[in-house]
Amino acid sequence: MGAGERQGKLKIFLGYAAGVGKTYQMLTETRHLRDLGHDVAIAYFEPHARKDTIALTEGLDAIPRKRYEYRGAIFEDMDTEGVIARKPEVAAVDEFAHTNAPGAPRVKRWQDVMEIRSAGIDVLTSMNVQHIESLNDQVWYITGIRVRETVPDWVVREAAEVVMVDVTPRALLHRLERGVVYAPDKARSAMEHFFTESNLTALRELAMRQAAHHLDAKIETSYEPSPWFRAPAAEKILLWLTPDRSCAALIRRAWRVADYLGASCTAVYARPDSAGVEQWLRFCRELRIETYCVDGHDVPRAIVESARRRGITQIYVTRAAREVNLLVDLARDMQVTVVAERVREK
Amino acid sequence: MTPRDACRPDPDELLRRIQAEEHAEGSGRLKIFLGYAPRVGKSLRMFDEGTRRRARGQDVVIGAVQSVVSDDITRAIGDLEKFETLDVPAIIRRAPHVCLIDELARENPPGSRNPQRWQDVNELRAAGINVVGALNLQHVCERQDAVEAITGRRAKNCVPLSFMLSADEIVIVDVPAEDIAVGAGNLSAAQLTELRELALLLAAEVVEQGIQHYMDTHGILESWGTQERILVCITPRSNARPMIGSAAAAVRRFHGHLLALVVRQAKLSEEDQASLAENLQLAKEAGADIYEMEASDPVSAIVKYARENRVTQLYIGHSGRQRWKIWSQSLAERLVAAAEGIDVRIFPHRDGA
Repeated sequence: MGAGERQGKLKIFLGYAAGVGKTYQMLTETRHLRDLGHDVAIAYFEPHARKDTIALTEGLDAIPRKRYEYRGAIFEDMDTEGVIARKPEVAAVDEFAHTNAPGAPRVKRWQDVMEIRSAGIDVLTSMNVQHIESLNDQVWYITGIRVRETVPDWVVREAAEVVMVDVTPRALLHRLERGVVYAPDKARSAMEHFFTESNLTALRELAMRQAAHHLDAKIETSYEPSPWFRAPAAEKILLWLTPDRSCAALIRRAWRVADYLGASCTAVYARPDSAGVEQWLRFCRELRIETYCVDGHDVPRAIVESARRRGITQIYVTRAAREVNLLVDLARDMQVTVVAERVREK
Repeated sequence: MTPRDACRPDPDELLRRIQAEEHAEGSGRLKIFLGYAPRVGKSLRMFDEGTRRRARGQDVVIGAVQSVVSDDITRAIGDLEKFETLDVPAIIRRAPHVCLIDELARENPPGSRNPQRWQDVNELRAAGINVVGALNLQHVCERQDAVEAITGRRAKNCVPLSFMLSADEIVIVDVPAEDIAVGAGNLSAAQLTELRELALLLAAEVVEQGIQHYMDTHGILESWGTQERILVCITPRSNARPMIGSAAAAVRRFHGHLLALVVRQAKLSEEDQASLAENLQLAKEAGADIYEMEASDPVSAIVKYARENRVTQLYIGHSGRQRWKIWSQSLAERLVAAAEGIDVRIFPHRDGA
């Protein structure tokens, strides 16, 4: 990996479920680039026994997978070092959100993609919207499924392009029925659970909005509304980490709002809670949220005072926090957002 | 009865809606491929779908195609049966399973049975024929101002948004601006990117309406929060300006929806009434949907309204401490407690604390 190497560009084909055609579109583009004379290679491809997609890989250079041994079992995964050694201009990497085989040098495929891009290689990749970290709670609320393989939002934001791969839920369900996506028994079970028309419709809307949000950063708005409709120039959001379980949802929600508002986002916790919030501190690190600690017997007061010193405009707290009412009362000179716990009734 | 139960639709009303749906089932389905600019490939996708449907045994005809077509499209059309002009009675007599119609926003030649092509589409659907069509963002009437603000140009013909919303399915054909910049109507990549975002958001809106319709007809009173919807609760004494300002800015960033609610209480002083009118004017200027109601119990009224309107964020203000202390404190606290599933953002009072 040469120092000072140009960072390879990242292009994400974003879908909302298996079978919408992300990999198909990624490979179509790979072929197109090859036809234009670029040096392309398939770094990782998951065939899923789909004939049309497999046909697209024919004649393209595919870098062999690497085998990893772990506790006596053999696993296969992308050979990141092999991709870098081969050094194509463009590498196609399927399933961006994948968690690597045990024994692989990095835990997540997106980390491998960072390595590949650091070597100056452009990457085309595919992922579904439900794998975006800050949407995790919403996806669970809609579908009842807690997605484990997530990609932090800042990683997605590094993409030069996010392209929405769209197909209607009805067409997707027909593909499932025809056995294009999964083998028949798996397709049946999928349609009874995740692949319901209402789930798919909601996820699809999320994907459209996510793709639009990605474009926001590129667009310098051509019209400005009257000044007082604008948010204060520098919103500063502080989230209060408490040992409550719903704190994960608080972190994702506050991060997402801060991202959309262009606000800074910092997290605070009280020293007596140190042990209880350890997992949240780790989570904040992954999302690149800065954290700090306050002392004091009167915790809500210490939180509010530190917020004042830092010029915080908005404190975020989970509804489950024991002292939420005290905080709201003490922070009457600033804004407090109480984040709802969401309960699924279905 | 919880607030949630209270606003479930009446079962008879539900039945009526479902029957109306079933009645409409005899009519043909409409599927639209939406692009944000010429050359994104929506016609190609449409003809490609026609060819694949025929390969699966469906009876497919082309009702209308552009006069000049690219090689790609000629290939995609292949030997599909084609009508030279969009002849509605002839197509109805031919009664195909699917009719492909390019350029849905075209104006028909003088003397045609309908002035606009989309009206022909409605006739075909009424006759039970499924229609698959292609459409560009610049040809959606309700988006023409926004498109003109970006490109400085306005297309002559358009289809009403209601026609798009009547579609059973809509597909967004999304391509990076850089990939089509060459030859896409002399627009810069930056302009194309703005159009692209508009088209994605339009598609999201159409999908959102579909979800809402589904939930309404199935009696589901639940918010999935796919779109951010912010409700500002306005009282005479709340510091409405920063609340509405923040809400309007957030709605713009989230491409969400802004609502404002006034719960009227009896015996307002003249001063309070004037202040309330001023706050309502601000909300109106910010583009909020405004709703006024009378309720003896503001907390449950607000929560009920918020649920019915699938609100994701609720903005309320602290009231002045001295005068309203007991009641106001409990308002914020009680709202937080009652608004399960909704984020509550509490703003300072205008007098400071």
